[in-house]
Amino acid sequence: MAVAAGSDTGSNQVQPKPGKIGTSESQGQGKRAALLVTPAVILLTVVIVYPLIQGVLMSFQKDSGLDPATGMFVAGGFAGISNYTHWLLQQCPTPSGEMVSCPPGSLGAQFWPAFWVTIFFTVVTVILETVLGMWFAMIMNRKLRGRGLLRAAILIPWAIPTAVTAKLAAFVFAFAGIVNAILNTEILWTGEEWPSRFAIIFTDVWKTTPFMALLILAGLQTIPADVYEAASMDGATKWQQFTRVTLPLVRPALIVAVMFRTLDVLRIYDLPAILTGGANGTTTLSILVVDQIRQGFNSAAALSTLTFLLVFFVAFLFIKFAGANVTADHQPKLEKVK
Amino acid sequence: MRARKTIGAALATCAALVLAACSSGSTSSGGGGAADSTQDARGPITYVQGKDNSNVVRPLIEKWNSSHPNEQVTFKEQTDQADQQHDDLVQHFQAQDPSYDVVSVDVVWTAEFAAKGWLQALTDKLKFDTAGMLEPTIKAATYNNTLYAAPNTSDAGLLYYRTDLVPTPPATWDEMIADCPIAQQNGMGCYAGQFFQYEGLTVNAAEAINTGGGEIVGPDGKTATVDSAESAKGLSLLADNYANGNIPKEAITFKEEESRLAFESGKLLFLRNWPYVYKLASTDSTSVVQGKFGVAPLPGLTADKPGASSLGGHSLGMSVYSKNKATALDFMKFITNAENEKFQLTQGSLAPVLGALYDDPELIAQFPYLPTLKISIENAIPRPVSPFYPAVTKAIQDNAYEAIQGTKSVQQALTDMQAAITSATGGS
Amino acid sequence: MTAAPATASAAPSPKVEAYQPSHFWANTRTYLGVALIVIWGLAPAVWMVITSFRPADATFETTLWPTNPTLENYRAAFSTDGGNNLPRALLNSLFISTTVTAIGLLFGVFAAYALARLNFRFKPILVGFILGASMFPLVALVTPLFQLFTNIGWMGTYQALIIPNISFVLPLTIYTLTAFFTEMPWDLEEAARIDGCTQGQAFRKIILPLAAPGLFTTAILAFIAAWNEFLIASQLSSATTQPVTVAIASFTGSIPRQEPYTTLMAAGTIVTVPLLIMVLLFQKRIVSGLTAGGVKG
Repeated sequence: MAVAAGSDTGSNQVQPKPGKIGTSESQGQGKRAALLVTPAVILLTVVIVYPLIQGVLMSFQKDSGLDPATGMFVAGGFAGISNYTHWLLQQCPTPSGEMVSCPPGSLGAQFWPAFWVTIFFTVVTVILETVLGMWFAMIMNRKLRGRGLLRAAILIPWAIPTAVTAKLAAFVFAFAGIVNAILNTEILWTGEEWPSRFAIIFTDVWKTTPFMALLILAGLQTIPADVYEAASMDGATKWQQFTRVTLPLVRPALIVAVMFRTLDVLRIYDLPAILTGGANGTTTLSILVVDQIRQGFNSAAALSTLTFLLVFFVAFLFIKFAGANVTADHQPKLEKVK
Repeated sequence: MRARKTIGAALATCAALVLAACSSGSTSSGGGGAADSTQDARGPITYVQGKDNSNVVRPLIEKWNSSHPNEQVTFKEQTDQADQQHDDLVQHFQAQDPSYDVVSVDVVWTAEFAAKGWLQALTDKLKFDTAGMLEPTIKAATYNNTLYAAPNTSDAGLLYYRTDLVPTPPATWDEMIADCPIAQQNGMGCYAGQFFQYEGLTVNAAEAINTGGGEIVGPDGKTATVDSAESAKGLSLLADNYANGNIPKEAITFKEEESRLAFESGKLLFLRNWPYVYKLASTDSTSVVQGKFGVAPLPGLTADKPGASSLGGHSLGMSVYSKNKATALDFMKFITNAENEKFQLTQGSLAPVLGALYDDPELIAQFPYLPTLKISIENAIPRPVSPFYPAVTKAIQDNAYEAIQGTKSVQQALTDMQAAITSATGGS
Repeated sequence: MTAAPATASAAPSPKVEAYQPSHFWANTRTYLGVALIVIWGLAPAVWMVITSFRPADATFETTLWPTNPTLENYRAAFSTDGGNNLPRALLNSLFISTTVTAIGLLFGVFAAYALARLNFRFKPILVGFILGASMFPLVALVTPLFQLFTNIGWMGTYQALIIPNISFVLPLTIYTLTAFFTEMPWDLEEAARIDGCTQGQAFRKIILPLAAPGLFTTAILAFIAAWNEFLIASQLSSATTQPVTVAIASFTGSIPRQEPYTTLMAAGTIVTVPLLIMVLLFQKRIVSGLTAGGVKG
């Protein structure tokens, strides 16, 4: 594959090696690196880190409570971890001050359903998008006439802004809409639990499979034809070629694509919010956060911190155990293919 | 080392920002109490409202601006979604933004905004005279016995019915259900309202519960009283009729528009909706019910009392953070005077709050539903006046939705609703 | 990998031959797949366009072609009555997306160079930081950013929209560009330096031209991401600065509570057209960019 930093071409390689720690060479590189990354780091700090820190600080404050005497809201004061127990352990206060399990219809009760719905959407959409994306990528990898049209067609769903897609989906899945007309059914797509979930998954998969296909295509394009020829000459069947040649070689790109998509779906908001409003068991964690902001933003901050931790944890799993390689030091498995 | 310095700089920037934001008032206990000079101040102001679909507000503002050269009003237009309008106002109030002076407040938000100290109490120097305005609209703008907003437009639910199939409108639910075979014979659904899981469902559920004689919260706006036999009677009207098909299955996805289109295409015998449907059903080219429908007050349980409509509408609120409150007050008085209320009606079909306009023969000729609407408004029961309204409406919506769908019994839904409202209003 | 590429560092590499199926059945399967892809991508979009030509009262008509085609929806979409202003929103989106792309690319190139080319101790921390920044749930940014921008008086300005968006595309650009830069023939750059160029010159004259397709791809990805952004824009923009996503979401017909599907479809078509043109013009570049970037030694 590529001549990557620190690859195996030994003495021919002129890549600067990291000098011993403390040598002027590594110091020089460190200085230069710092200079180069400063603009990006500052921007990310302001826009991401600052709200994150403020969110965490807020999550330890109570939401305003009503002062019975004046009828006005007053600041809630320090909350300790009560916001977190509210969500995780379903602790809701009663007028007498004790804690009970949150009743249905309150936002607290929706945490765990939202958690599982989010996980469900993530698993299903990512699996579908990966499988379909792989298939599309393999087709796009071929020399065909009309390749341009093909590529353009597949990029259309991805190019349409999500707000437009959501409206289009609402229109298409309406009770009097085209989907019911084609299938000759009278399904309430946005009115029942599983049809709603299906509509959301379908629309999301429609929209994002092209993106996955592109990323996988990039990986496929790095596999030269002679590898396949060699395998074919060795008597490998199509399927064997797919599983023994294609998959391993495309794996690095695939894993990273899957990881980014997973992290995206865990935070999904626009599509379910516009299509179903979160009704019928389609409330995701992000929708819950927005609903909670309306009722008390400190509790919402705790919830969004929990969501962030979930996303972070999943990313950690990917990097540690699935070998998602997000640094620049690619270690191409190709070296091992003889 | 440079690397450390970069990271150090980034963290320092970040810390500085956190301090800056924390110190510039993110707590919401703003005081309107301190007598401030802004109460006498005059100058340019901004008026904030949701989408002005019928071009009502702009001409009014132009009229004002032409006679008030030093107190120009700028129009800030929000989206047309109630939730987004609410969130936008909340964001600006929380940031103590002085650039919002007069805001259009949905009747269900008054208590919440007043309790958070964001609305200027309209007393003393800023007293607003509500003479001639319909009683329920004044109550909707009041919190803690103080007027916090100026009633501007109103709205109430009406029963639309097919005059060609049902010559006299039903006065009670029993009568309406008794007419359902007529709907079946004609291949139509019998009755529908708005049952999608959104604010409209709270409206419909509250109407059903109140019509049955139940109350969602007690007079203090906090204690949930919805778990009662009367409420069960009311909510069962919806749940039972959905189960037996008198309410068509697709009604569970209806918002105002879907239900209107169903009625207009002849798929419904009875429809509960707002007054705006009248004009459209009469003039839409695809409406098959032109000239074949009428309006009536919502059906009640017994013949002597019409059904309880929810109260809709908007009031004008003054932000405590406004810098030119005297101008704001005058502008509010201007919008709500008789002439401009009439204009809002004729131009935008917005129901006025001034009772006299409903008796004006000229207007009745133009809007035949006015007398019915007046009855609806006068008998309207507002949705719970609670500073915790967002939580309360969620409790109602979620449970009513499940009750209608049949995934929960009516009794269980009401019990859960009561528990959820109690938790929302009694908590932290 | 075979021996050839390891020593072929000086010569430009041959273009990779895509794998070709070699018999009929595979061909049929392929063309079936092609048909599916085309329908997949086009069908909903085509339906959107068709609906945009239907009159409003025929919204849910199911015929393949409108029985009474009309341009009314386009007129309504472009009209500025009732507070809509799609033309201005289009210009806003164009301005914001272009600026975001340019700056995001610039910052991204710097950072990617550092990541791909230099070795320094805090590289893992930096990578973790960038990754972490891309994982944050957007909804949580709304309130703090709102407060921040109100405090410094930037509410509703272009910079309030541009700056957060750059942060959103930065992880994307940095990651993509790093992948490209890693695959660049750095020994060419070394050779140039040995011949007397500074590192900067070598970068500009040798690497950058080779990386140009990769830059293009990254630019397109960033542009589309910026164009699509909705949540933050809806909170921080004003009526004059709002981009098309917000304009579409708040699009109304002349009647309150009326969801003007046909006009929305027209607006959606209008909004998508610039992106489609870009995609059509550059689809070759996108894919060849991906190819050239990932090259064999």
